[in-house]
Amino acid sequence: MILGLDVGGTNTDVVFLSEEGVQKHVKVPTQPDNLFKSVLSGFTLILEGVDPGRIKRVVISTTLTTNAIVQQTVTPVGMIVSAGPGIDPENFSTGDQYYAVGGSINHRGREIEPINEMEIQRVGEKFKKAGIEYVGVVSKFCVRNPSHEILIEQILNNQFKQIFLGHHVSGNLNFPRRIATTYMNAAVYPLHKEFFQAVEQSLEEMGLTVPIQILKADGGTMTLEASMDFPAQTVLSGPAASIMGAIPYAPEGQDAVVLDIGGTTTDIAFLVDKTPLLEPVGIQRGGYRSLIRSLRTLSKGIGGDSALRVNDKGKLTVGPDRMGPAMAFGGAVPTPTDALVVLGLMEAGDQDRARQGIKFIADQLGMAEKEAAEHIFKICCNIILKKTFEMIDTLNAKPVYTVHDFLEGYTFSPDTILLMGGPARFFAKKIQDMYQLETIAVPYASVANAIGAALARTTCEITVNADTEQGVVTAHEEDFSEPVSKSFSKDDLLEIAYRLLQDKAKNAGAEPDTLNEVEMVEFQEFNIVRNFSPRGKILRTKIQLKPGLIHGYESMLNPQALDN
Amino acid sequence: MLNAPHKTGLVFFPAFDWAIDPTHPEREERLLYTQDQVREEGVFDVPEIIEYKPEIVTPEDIQRAHFCVPDEQTVTTESHLISAGGAKAIANAVMLKEVKNGFALVRPPGHHSMRVTHGGRGFCHINMEAIMVEYIRSQFGVKRIAVIDTDCHHGDGSDDIFWHDPDVLFISLHQDGRTMYPGTGFPRDLGGPNAKGSNLNIPLPPATSTEGYLYVIENCVLPVIEAFKPDLVVNSAGQDNHYTDPLTNMNFSAQGYARLTDMLKPDIAVLEGGYAIEGALPYVNLGIILAMAGIDYSGVVEPDYNPERLKQSMTIMDNIKRTCDQIMTYWGQRYEMREAAGEPGQIITRHREVFYDTDNIFDRQKEKIRVCRDCGGSFEVDSKATPGNHILGVHIPINACKACREQGYKFYDQADNTKYQRIYLQDRTKDIYEVKQ
Repeated sequence: MILGLDVGGTNTDVVFLSEEGVQKHVKVPTQPDNLFKSVLSGFTLILEGVDPGRIKRVVISTTLTTNAIVQQTVTPVGMIVSAGPGIDPENFSTGDQYYAVGGSINHRGREIEPINEMEIQRVGEKFKKAGIEYVGVVSKFCVRNPSHEILIEQILNNQFKQIFLGHHVSGNLNFPRRIATTYMNAAVYPLHKEFFQAVEQSLEEMGLTVPIQILKADGGTMTLEASMDFPAQTVLSGPAASIMGAIPYAPEGQDAVVLDIGGTTTDIAFLVDKTPLLEPVGIQRGGYRSLIRSLRTLSKGIGGDSALRVNDKGKLTVGPDRMGPAMAFGGAVPTPTDALVVLGLMEAGDQDRARQGIKFIADQLGMAEKEAAEHIFKICCNIILKKTFEMIDTLNAKPVYTVHDFLEGYTFSPDTILLMGGPARFFAKKIQDMYQLETIAVPYASVANAIGAALARTTCEITVNADTEQGVVTAHEEDFSEPVSKSFSKDDLLEIAYRLLQDKAKNAGAEPDTLNEVEMVEFQEFNIVRNFSPRGKILRTKIQLKPGLIHGYESMLNPQALDN
Repeated sequence: MLNAPHKTGLVFFPAFDWAIDPTHPEREERLLYTQDQVREEGVFDVPEIIEYKPEIVTPEDIQRAHFCVPDEQTVTTESHLISAGGAKAIANAVMLKEVKNGFALVRPPGHHSMRVTHGGRGFCHINMEAIMVEYIRSQFGVKRIAVIDTDCHHGDGSDDIFWHDPDVLFISLHQDGRTMYPGTGFPRDLGGPNAKGSNLNIPLPPATSTEGYLYVIENCVLPVIEAFKPDLVVNSAGQDNHYTDPLTNMNFSAQGYARLTDMLKPDIAVLEGGYAIEGALPYVNLGIILAMAGIDYSGVVEPDYNPERLKQSMTIMDNIKRTCDQIMTYWGQRYEMREAAGEPGQIITRHREVFYDTDNIFDRQKEKIRVCRDCGGSFEVDSKATPGNHILGVHIPINACKACREQGYKFYDQADNTKYQRIYLQDRTKDIYEVKQ
């Protein structure tokens, strides 16, 4: 038995699953200023009449860190960055307590300029003076050689509550994003820690003693303990929960699009053979860019409650804002939901008020009520699908770096659309008719997010580099480094990568039967040649435990479930 | 977040799975450290820097610039087609005004590739800039283009392709041919009879430093460009003038390259050579990208950069100044030189020999061109390669006058087909290409 809980902006959804399917689901309103209370009441309600001893797994997805970042209620962090040659690091400042210091490491991981101990101590004193308790340390090319970060941490020696080092964040190259991500981990750490310790304690009091898993932005989970080093990985886990909830219904061996149509926005995501596509480098939203592994999603400002208007050219516009609920549900402005009510597709709500709203739009468009409602419905489908196809084009236009990838690169081409969210089932038939693409409304659409959280498996990633000229193989993210000989091969590299991944996955709480769901994301091998003679090789790989669902719950996809 | 003042397009195609041979300087590893540096700097996250996927050039694209012998497929590999396609993708982005300027960071290079190409010369099989320039002229109707070749080796392929073209200003700055492959490109080489002065070759003495190099840009290249008034400026951005390059003897720096880019303000830059792959390319490429996007590049300095050690002697500076004066004199006399080259309608013959170091081919050429004051003039090239084919190529320029068009067809129709394995016609006025076997 499994519990999945997803705290959303409006509601907190909780599901109780067995291998036969959904046993129970509850919905409680989210209290934005007291998420702990929302979580607690969700768990209390779902556990009514359930023996907590039967629960084998608990997964939680919250908006805690996302909210803190958006509302800027994070903890002050002191940042020390060591850049060396290149773009001025002041461009990546995280605030007042941000210091660019000397020292430099090059792209091969060689030290160019040492760290100045006195300089670091002086920065440490400034942090103390400013009351800083949490510190982030990032050096350029630390993923090739983290010794400067480690040295800086030693110099600051126990003066602070917690120091976050850049090379632990990701194996990917990207100094500005590493600064932002390290900062974020430090900035949300105290909040995250306090919150989940309280949740853990409360669940224990209810008799739930299994380790808590937390959902990440990449649609995978990690244990509460593992999350303490990387709390920022929990941002935007909400959209990830929904997308994971669609996977049971995705076609095997084919491409599919997931559309989560909410009240204000529609989230778009992509599945290849039931596996969601990830952002190539990390989460990016507007100007904010990070190294946080994330599902590739896009949010478009259109949903069931988007405000409808007619512009001065006599054309209908939808959103991107929401002015409250649909008129049928007591709102003041007509919305797509009102159109659904007028068309007789949706039975709930106040029919008269919905008609009144649509008539207001219909008059401006010079149409009859029903005709206008139909027009609104079509335009909404058009906007959503247009954005989807645009994103597919972007996906397929991504740059390639080898002749092989140029000629043989994968082209994403969906056969199926999976619809989620409140109005999903009304849209499914329309979209299928308009675009001749199989369109499925996901069952339990209103709690699919909690189901997605409940069934998400543990994910993680390992980046390993070998440089046989320098005689070393490293995975600095894991604090791993070993000497190698000139004969070190691709097989040797992959063996190390697999071993490190297995260890990391077990520590993050992976289910034993998902440990072989490994995928090689990258592999590159280069001869190092100087003056026309070979000096060694550079070998690089990145492997991951693929995002997906845990095993044993495939029966969720039975015909009864689809009818529900 | 870092923002740039304007939009810059980038094609990054390092061809990580292609090499001439495993230990050749032009190999898989060449742009690896550049990629590492550019990624670590987060360059692709600057909202105004837009990464484009390279295209692949078609035989039709190549046929506007080359006579490939025997055909395009035999002379090229996919990597050449994608590399040239990278330049084409940037050209499209710039011409469609999606970006203000763009840089194709691609390999393998192309500027040693001449109009007649029997194979590989100086690591080049087809000429990326020439294919791109002809594409831009045909597709977008651009008239006047300047191509500034700042690779350390004489851009002899581009020099050859634009030799008779008065509408393309080609300037090559390179290490003196007496000390460096391919051994050509002297100040007196000024272009064909109808285009004298529209090709300028500026040899620089070994050990030329940033100071000397930028002196030439400021006192020679920029004034000539200003007088020529091009609609588009292209930079063949070779990076082997660097003080650590293993194949050359110059003392240029990353700061110098960035400054050069800043002064030249190319609409399109295309990577050519550059083989100091670890100590120079990561910094030089970063400097060029930042300069093109208008971002502060003052922090882009090689770890071992020591301006004192790279200081240039007075003798070298004097030598450079004399060359510049000479070039400016020639430039001032370009119209008189064209007048003196021959009478309109006259056919002028030129003999030359071309050696293909990469593929070990020796080519003897005999070229005939119609002297013309109204256009670039039609010409034929008789090319006999050992080992290889004996062919004749006829070129009619894009803006050919009536007399030259007629002369072109006369060359083509009167060619003795028992003498040649293939006879090619490149009629740029109609954008057609024909082959007789």
